Amino acid sequence: MAEFIDLVLLAMLALTALRIIFLKDLFAVVMLFGIYSFLSALIFVNLDAVDVAFTEASVGAGISTVLMLVTLAMTGRKEKQSTHSTILPLFVVLVTGAALIYGTLDMPPFGHPDNPVHQHVAPRYIEESPKEVGLPNMVTSVLASYRGFDTLGETVVVFSAVIGVLSLLGVRRTKKKDLESGLETHKVLHVVSKIIIPLVILFALYVQFHGDFGPGGGFQAGVIAAAAFILYALVLGLPKAFAVVGPKFLQWMAAAGVLLYASVGLYSMYKGGNFLDYNTLAADPIAGQHYGIIIIELGVGITVFAVMLNIFYAFGSQAERSNIQ
Amino acid sequence: MDFLDIVSSILLLAGVFFGFSGAVGLFRFPDFFTRVHAASVTDSIAAILIIGGLLLQTSFDLNTAKLVFILLFLLVTSPTASHALAKSARHGGLLTLAETSPQDKQESAK
Repeated sequence: MAEFIDLVLLAMLALTALRIIFLKDLFAVVMLFGIYSFLSALIFVNLDAVDVAFTEASVGAGISTVLMLVTLAMTGRKEKQSTHSTILPLFVVLVTGAALIYGTLDMPPFGHPDNPVHQHVAPRYIEESPKEVGLPNMVTSVLASYRGFDTLGETVVVFSAVIGVLSLLGVRRTKKKDLESGLETHKVLHVVSKIIIPLVILFALYVQFHGDFGPGGGFQAGVIAAAAFILYALVLGLPKAFAVVGPKFLQWMAAAGVLLYASVGLYSMYKGGNFLDYNTLAADPIAGQHYGIIIIELGVGITVFAVMLNIFYAFGSQAERSNIQ
Repeated sequence: MDFLDIVSSILLLAGVFFGFSGAVGLFRFPDFFTRVHAASVTDSIAAILIIGGLLLQTSFDLNTAKLVFILLFLLVTSPTASHALAKSARHGGLLTLAETSPQDKQESAK
């Protein structure tokens, strides 16, 4: 049954991808990207990878759809007509695809327990992480403790994304006399958003601090919290959102999250361990792991929230300017 | 089979039926507003029925509470999204089927 569901989902994924290639209307393409991400998330759920599915649903289908829509508000919704010939690219793609398929012939059988991927570090994580880290959610143990350095790198990548966007676009200060950008006439949206936004922020906090025990963590929580503020900015307008959390403050927040993460590593070195060795943070190694993971997940959450919201501010204020002109 | 299981399957099947009919309506209805109508109305009832069916499958613990929260969230957000969609289309100047073909309107009025 699981294989049947997988096949149906993969077929829908392929159809969505083909539709994305041939459509010229970029607005529809963005919507199809959202559908694509949701289908991938469903496949991950079917593979019992709920943490990855959660990330894919919140980042891929949620926030990147919004960011792409704001980009379309700046650039227009029609794809530029390509003047290149398609023969050579098609040839390259066919050869690469054939090589990849040829490569899969040497792959070990799918899902076999003797596969290298199940023999290398996975058994150690499964057997030792309850004793070494003591978290029920092993994904968080691996992500935040065993591979803490990788996650620091990912957080820095997210941080450098906002540096890139801000140095290219910058957030334009909106003035009081600017025309009201909020959806003033949508009374229903106003009321419902006011009910929903606090609940979404509460859910983000739950995801943030429940990541040790269930699916979730800093990345998902940051994105969900950013989504709440983006909803606020969309419904009430950017100037009012700036009054709640300003872009300057968000820049400080984005840097503070990365610094919080890295300073945990430096502190563990100061206490005599390796970089990001949480065992040294407390007298009891397990308690130290708990402290370390909670603090670095908080750093990830703060950075992701600030970066996503700031990118939205940058795109949104530019789109607003091009609409005014 | 348990009594609850039977009720749950009936609810799930009814939910699937309404979801499917919404999809058919989305494809077959003639213009934007009727399509939004088909999708949004069936979506709400399908969400109620499917989550109601799933509620009976739980052992009435934390999962039940989570499903109830999801149901409440869907019941608030999904009609709002449809409303915003239709209102934006209206605001953007899209006319309904009756307004674009006045002859049909007169005939139906008779």
